[in-house]
Amino acid sequence: MRFLNRSAASLSRHRRGRLAGLVLLLVGLIISGGLYATFSPASSATQSKTDAELVEEGRQLFLTGCSFCHGQNAEGITTVNGQFVGPSLVGVGAAAVDFQMGTGRMPLTIPGQQAPSKPGAYTDEEIEAIGAYVASLAPGPAVPDEEYLTIENLSDEEQQEAISRGGQIFLTNCTACHNFSGKGGAMPRGGYAPNILNTDPKHIYEAMLTGPQSMDTFSNGNLSPEEKRDVIAYVGSMRDMPGYGGFSMGALGPVSEGMFAWLVGLGSLVGFAIWIAAHTTRTKKKKGQEA
Amino acid sequence: MSKDTSAVATSNTTAATPSKPSKVGGAATWADDRLGLAAMGKKNLRKIFPDHWSFMLGEIALWSFVVLLLTGIFLTFWFRPSMSEIVYEGSYDQLRGIQMSEAMASALDISFDVRGGLLMRQMHHWAAMLFVASMMIHLLRVWFTGAYRKPRELNWVIGSLLLLLGTLEGFTGYSLPDDLLSGTGVRAADGFIKSIPIVGSYISFFLFGGEFPGEMIIPRLFTIHVLLIPGLLLGLIAAHMLLLVYHKHTQWPGPGRTETNVVGFPMLPVYAAKAGGFFFIVFGVTAALGALLSINAVWKYGPYDPSKVTAGSQPDWYMGWPDGALRIMPGWESHFWGSTWSWNVFLPIIVLPGLLFTVLLLLPFIDSWITGDKREHHLLQRPRNAPTRTGIMVALMTLYAMFWIAGGNDIIAITFHLSINQITYILRAAVFIAPVIAFFVTRRICISLQRHDNEMMLHGYESGVIMRSPEGAYTEKHLPLPESKVYAWTHRDDSAEQLQSGEVHTGRFAKMRNKLRELYYADDVDKPTIEELEAAHHHDEAEHAEQAELVGKASDGHQFDGHHDVSDEPLRGDH
Repeated sequence: MRFLNRSAASLSRHRRGRLAGLVLLLVGLIISGGLYATFSPASSATQSKTDAELVEEGRQLFLTGCSFCHGQNAEGITTVNGQFVGPSLVGVGAAAVDFQMGTGRMPLTIPGQQAPSKPGAYTDEEIEAIGAYVASLAPGPAVPDEEYLTIENLSDEEQQEAISRGGQIFLTNCTACHNFSGKGGAMPRGGYAPNILNTDPKHIYEAMLTGPQSMDTFSNGNLSPEEKRDVIAYVGSMRDMPGYGGFSMGALGPVSEGMFAWLVGLGSLVGFAIWIAAHTTRTKKKKGQEA
Repeated sequence: MSKDTSAVATSNTTAATPSKPSKVGGAATWADDRLGLAAMGKKNLRKIFPDHWSFMLGEIALWSFVVLLLTGIFLTFWFRPSMSEIVYEGSYDQLRGIQMSEAMASALDISFDVRGGLLMRQMHHWAAMLFVASMMIHLLRVWFTGAYRKPRELNWVIGSLLLLLGTLEGFTGYSLPDDLLSGTGVRAADGFIKSIPIVGSYISFFLFGGEFPGEMIIPRLFTIHVLLIPGLLLGLIAAHMLLLVYHKHTQWPGPGRTETNVVGFPMLPVYAAKAGGFFFIVFGVTAALGALLSINAVWKYGPYDPSKVTAGSQPDWYMGWPDGALRIMPGWESHFWGSTWSWNVFLPIIVLPGLLFTVLLLLPFIDSWITGDKREHHLLQRPRNAPTRTGIMVALMTLYAMFWIAGGNDIIAITFHLSINQITYILRAAVFIAPVIAFFVTRRICISLQRHDNEMMLHGYESGVIMRSPEGAYTEKHLPLPESKVYAWTHRDDSAEQLQSGEVHTGRFAKMRNKLRELYYADDVDKPTIEELEAAHHHDEAEHAEQAELVGKASDGHQFDGHHDVSDEPLRGDH
């Protein structure tokens, strides 16, 4: 008791200290965060499960969140005039599930020309479970291995070669829609190829493999896993590249350049012209300077 | 006005004695004895130019052309206009070891391995954008103020040719680096040429030295870009400016300014300083753009390869409008006797620009044909005082803008989350409808402004001073416009005079011409007549008398109402 009193007294002495508020805040956060981590339901999913359990969990999640559009058995639902409410997911594989749900495209908020990427509604574990369920329906592309997502395990020289090889593949296959700098471009009827500079390597890989929405499918026979890895490396290098020429104005090509030429370039020059014309030669001498 | 000669000069009382000529003077005399430039220089260095900001727009074009020459010379030292394939071994990592043309490799070298090369490349490109842009706003100024009228029609034609050549010069320069974007542009140009019925493919083979791309096009475009067109541009710029000096510069009407004089400042020292200073400003702005804003990042585009294309493939802005016309054109094609006639390409990209350029070239002649005005004009008109003419140019600008928007339809679609198809459909209609709307709206705005001018001249401007009479009624005090302003505003023809000024038309189109002329001046508001002015003054007198009692009893700030001498009033209090 005496000890407690003493420590309370010493604490009390510091309670007006400059960092007291910060320390208190940190302590509070750590305690509440720790309690949450201990008791939250998510932590129960960290235990390893058998495949069958995972598939069953995925099926339950699927029935709750996906079956309304994709059907009770992922067989797809069509409207009377033959259009999809949701396509069949039999054979799309875990890679498609991971891409669509991992980037937040699924579940869809509203039907539209294209599913936009948004913050995801499911945790990684839930997505893994749904992926396992969909993969159990029929064989399909799996979530890629880590080794094909990064070039860090290569030597410097190999990395260099991988990036320039990836660049050539990118310029041949991707720029037509995603723009030379990966900033994205327009597709018919309000569709668009998204900006891929900040997309997770895993999702870029899966997009190439499964061809979501308007995108082409680049099967492993078409672009080998190593080539896909090189493309990802090139996209990464574009993202990390310093702006050699200065501010890129959105890297959208000549349209934004033209806009800047007119608004900034010509705008400032006309401004200077007005300024020069407004400052004409003095016709009157200043007061007190008369000779 | 007679000069008062009775006064005796108080200065210069001693006779002048020639001092020993300075060294500079001696050298000048030496040169003048041999070149005889002094007489010409004496006249022309004192040449008078009027002062107005809008007269300096053409100067931007001139100075950006000088920047283009300077930076362009720098670039030619390192650029290799060759299409032979080599392996790039320069500093840019992402493309090292890739096969590309020498032109592309040297463009990369200039960007990454030549000291200051990237700055020069970017300055050259920015200056090119500004060169064409400033020519266009200069053209607009000349049209809106009526400076193209006799005797300056031919200078308008020369200016239009400069605009055309500037555009072609820009396009050839855009094509030189042989990157993905410029190669796509050359590929497109090849398609445009091939769309010309019958002879298209022959012209294409002739230009490319065989099937596209061949190995000739870059060296040929290089020669055109650095020799042929700059030579023509220099010659035409010289002619343009000689005519400017010969015609003398136009000026705004005002006290002392007539059709037969020019009021302004002499070339030396005023305009030499102003124009010289402006050159450094243009150079500085171009350098700032080149240093801060990335333009045409060829390294990102990579080398050209006919199998590749990138989203956002656009020409530079001045070629954007024919590109836009091409983008919104329906896919019409016909087949006659085994030959394909690609109207979808031929009409928007060959016929339309040719047609519109011809219209541009002929505008002054069409204008004078309709108005029948064959008098010489050295005084400018305010745009509002020629409502139809102003409306015509705004309609053309709107047409240009619609095509421009179409040229960036994909960028607009992704930036504003729109459907590219809907943009295309809307613009297909808008290119026909929007210019008509723009014409009528502009014309009505001009007429309203004329009316507003008359209102101000008759009743004065609204001073913002609210007067309260003893009865409690509020009136706003109107003050007369400065006389110089009224003089400038009223220095114009009445539409009736204008309708009578030309000869009476006879001949085949006489009826149509007279009808057009009537429409041209229809609804024009004439300046107030003297009777109207007097009537207005009479009407205002009662009000003035009422307000006059109140003047001088003003509360704080009313001393600035224009009726009081405020030369001793501090605008700001002491701090």
